[in-house]
Amino acid sequence: MEDEGVVKKFCYMNRKAPYGTIYALESLEVVLIAAAFDQDISLVFADDGVYQLTNNQDTDGIGMKNFSKTYTALGDYDIKKIYVEKESLEERGLTADDLQALKYEDEDDDWAEKDSLFVVGREELSKIIDEQDVVLSF
Amino acid sequence: MSTLHLVNKSPFERNSLDACLRLAAKGSAVLLFEDGVIGAMQNTKHSDAINTAMSDHKFYVLGPDIKARGLNDDNVIDGINVIDYDGFVDLTTEHKTVQSWL
Repeated sequence: MEDEGVVKKFCYMNRKAPYGTIYALESLEVVLIAAAFDQDISLVFADDGVYQLTNNQDTDGIGMKNFSKTYTALGDYDIKKIYVEKESLEERGLTADDLQALKYEDEDDDWAEKDSLFVVGREELSKIIDEQDVVLSF
Repeated sequence: MSTLHLVNKSPFERNSLDACLRLAAKGSAVLLFEDGVIGAMQNTKHSDAINTAMSDHKFYVLGPDIKARGLNDDNVIDGINVIDYDGFVDLTTEHKTVQSWL
């Protein structure tokens, strides 16, 4: 494609815990597919969605595929805006330390490794969502 | 021989746990599994629901579902028994009836 086309702001809103329903895995699949279209992508994790990013997930005991490591690959797909709602963590007795460290390599800064996960307050998150062209809910 | 109540939904997502605790007879047992394990964790907005019901019911939570979600057995509310699938089977045989709160 010679014409780069219109770049829109896409937001993937994740509000459900992993494994109990198929939403978390489906969202991740859609995000990885959509990453091929060079759009401006943000991921939001709020409510029970914050459990999708927890450290040390171990699904051996439930016979399901552990897809949590895939989140660490999002940086390679140029997805570097991952927002976690602070209040959702607090209501669940969780902190940022309970989550995986998600990073990306900045090609404009000699491939320096930088954080792609941001814990943001409700007000800031509200603004981020309001700025989007498209919000997809999972 | 009392009833075994099953709750598989997060208390943040549905009111299944609330409904169960409201209507389950005194002396019956409650097993939390799948996303229901979220209700068994300490220091959440919903922890008090089980803390206050502890004297009326025996509580169980399925360990493999805790681990799958990156949560830790050590953070389960005191007094809830962490069990495995064999324990789940035992509970269903030890109780008169099993009721699922969807």
